[in-house]
Amino acid sequence: MTDAFSREIQAPLGNATDQAAAPIAPISASPVTEDMTIVAAINATLAAEMQRDERVMVLGEDVAISGGVFRATDGLLDKFGSDRVVDMPLAEAAILGASVGLAAGGMIPVPEIQFLGFSYQAMHQLAGQIARFRYRSQGRLPMPITIRAPFGGGVRTPELHSDSLEGQLTNIPGLKIVAPASAADAKGLLSEAIRDPDPVVFLEPLRGYRGVKGPVPDGDYRVPFGSARWVMSGSDVTIIAWSYQVEVARRAARSLAKQDISVGVLDLRSLVPLDIDAVVEAVELTGRVLIAEEAAPTAAFGAELIATITEHAFYSLEAPPARVSGFSTPYPVGMLEDSYVPDQKRIEAGVLRLLELEP
Amino acid sequence: MVSTLSNEDLLAMHCEMIKARTASDRLWSLQRQGRIGTIAPIDGQEATTVGAAQALDPLTDWVLPQYREPLALGRYGPEVLNRFVAWAIGHPDGGHIPEPIRVFPPQISLATQILHAVGLAWAMKLRNERGVVLVFFGDGSSSEGDFYEAGNLAGVLKVPVIFVCANNQWAISTPTTKQTAAASFAAKADAFGIPGVTVDGMDPVAMHEVVQAARDRALDGRGATLIEAVSYRLGAHTTADDPTRYIPAAELEEARQRDPIVMFGRQLEDRGLWNSELEHDAHASAEQAIDAAWAFATNLPLRQSDLFDHVFAQPTQRQRLERASLEAHLGSTS
Repeated sequence: MTDAFSREIQAPLGNATDQAAAPIAPISASPVTEDMTIVAAINATLAAEMQRDERVMVLGEDVAISGGVFRATDGLLDKFGSDRVVDMPLAEAAILGASVGLAAGGMIPVPEIQFLGFSYQAMHQLAGQIARFRYRSQGRLPMPITIRAPFGGGVRTPELHSDSLEGQLTNIPGLKIVAPASAADAKGLLSEAIRDPDPVVFLEPLRGYRGVKGPVPDGDYRVPFGSARWVMSGSDVTIIAWSYQVEVARRAARSLAKQDISVGVLDLRSLVPLDIDAVVEAVELTGRVLIAEEAAPTAAFGAELIATITEHAFYSLEAPPARVSGFSTPYPVGMLEDSYVPDQKRIEAGVLRLLELEP
Repeated sequence: MVSTLSNEDLLAMHCEMIKARTASDRLWSLQRQGRIGTIAPIDGQEATTVGAAQALDPLTDWVLPQYREPLALGRYGPEVLNRFVAWAIGHPDGGHIPEPIRVFPPQISLATQILHAVGLAWAMKLRNERGVVLVFFGDGSSSEGDFYEAGNLAGVLKVPVIFVCANNQWAISTPTTKQTAAASFAAKADAFGIPGVTVDGMDPVAMHEVVQAARDRALDGRGATLIEAVSYRLGAHTTADDPTRYIPAAELEEARQRDPIVMFGRQLEDRGLWNSELEHDAHASAEQAIDAAWAFATNLPLRQSDLFDHVFAQPTQRQRLERASLEAHLGSTS
């Protein structure tokens, strides 16, 4: 949080209102905004990027004629034709493996993995190939590929539709991992991802597709990676989150404000690259940090954050950093998932424990 | 020998096969001396690679190798061998085959490159670029899911790609009978809706002919071809392998009678195109090529902190911190 943009969006410290919750456009962007859901922002951004650069193409399962199972690619086939919006055979490794060749051949592929859990069937192409081609070829074969995938639980899907794999993905050097929480960031980060010369896994909040709505700046709007966003400021505890857990954390913080507990919420926006300075600042502000994530906790990204905090901000801690996360089980079936995915109550309880108060 | 190849082409192919074998032998010996790491020799597959490459236009056509073929891709220039030797000694620049050479770096993850080839051919089709993509893989790779996904996708997209399955009978110790119950590897093309051809992969002229036909077909917009190049692995899988544990001696001896370099040399002699003087010159020139590649590779500059280069176009904050930490450590211990 050292650049001008980051300071621009920072709310005044020490109050627990969420006046800073609305995304604020960077100085260069048009002040005109339109309220959109996250999925609408993604759809509009894909169209804008395809319009801007004819090398950009979308490929995946059911992305063309049906417009995507969540309609994220709706209307693109009509606008850009079947050469650039492609329904692929049902094979995740083929979608990502072909993207390698497309990128080498001068295209900018934006493959969709229908649900992030399905990426297990393409992990060898993602981790073993896409992530390493620039390195393997020492710069000859960069991979400007944006892999879009929805993830996260709470919507009663069958198995492997809800899994959070940030831990696995961030452990793969050569991939950037981005996870927007707001409609404005869905636009700004997706534009940034498609124009990035390196592979980006763009994690879309399944529950937030239509559950999160907000103002989206018009025109060209990009959000740089590695610039975390203060959603709200607070002086007692800081919650660090990304993707849909930002929304859950925000609700918890607003509720706790009624008990005069001042909670800040930091949205990381991108996990790789990580805004280390913002994480350090989060610790320095309150000394008490709670990380909210949906994944199983062992070697999850929250563990990485706590390692980062320990390394860079240990002496600013007032209490051991804490996590609210999924559990060390496979993602459970629908009748159990509400106990697995962190909700507002578990986050509130986590905050109270950090303050040594009774939940 | 009915083909469009000129005498000059035939001699060039033979010289390249000799170069490939010579370079392979040299790398084997360097590994045994502890001067390079694990290496996969090419013995027996020279004609498969050389004959296929002879049918390609290096200005327009891409080659995606597995990990033996770069020894025999002299048609794409001496830089391919230079970089391959750098790769074999473990230098990062070994994976950097510079523009405009249309050859991918060696691929260790079996069959993954078949999908890359389909994607690349697809890009060429979308961009109306004239050319084809030829991808090499082995009989063992044909059991990987990526082979089937790539064949299927190529059939659907009708892209200008040529699949060359180098069937050398062995996937390390696993014979083809344990790899598939299909009548042949070429037969698998039926499932993709593309033609499948079986060819003698120890005959460079036959290889040239089928690849040329597949290339013509691809350039004509009629899509992919699967070519099964039948050969025999005359050496070990790699320097880490002991084939005497599993290859019957009599079978290997029989295969050695069909050594592609010996056989093709005889054919050329019969036609009055080859003699002991040319043979001597070819070996001398092959030794020069591998000497030059060794000199190239061993003279490349290197700093240990180069290990951070080319992960991303711009390093992350974390990578910069790590690099500074390694440089400080190396500086304090050197």
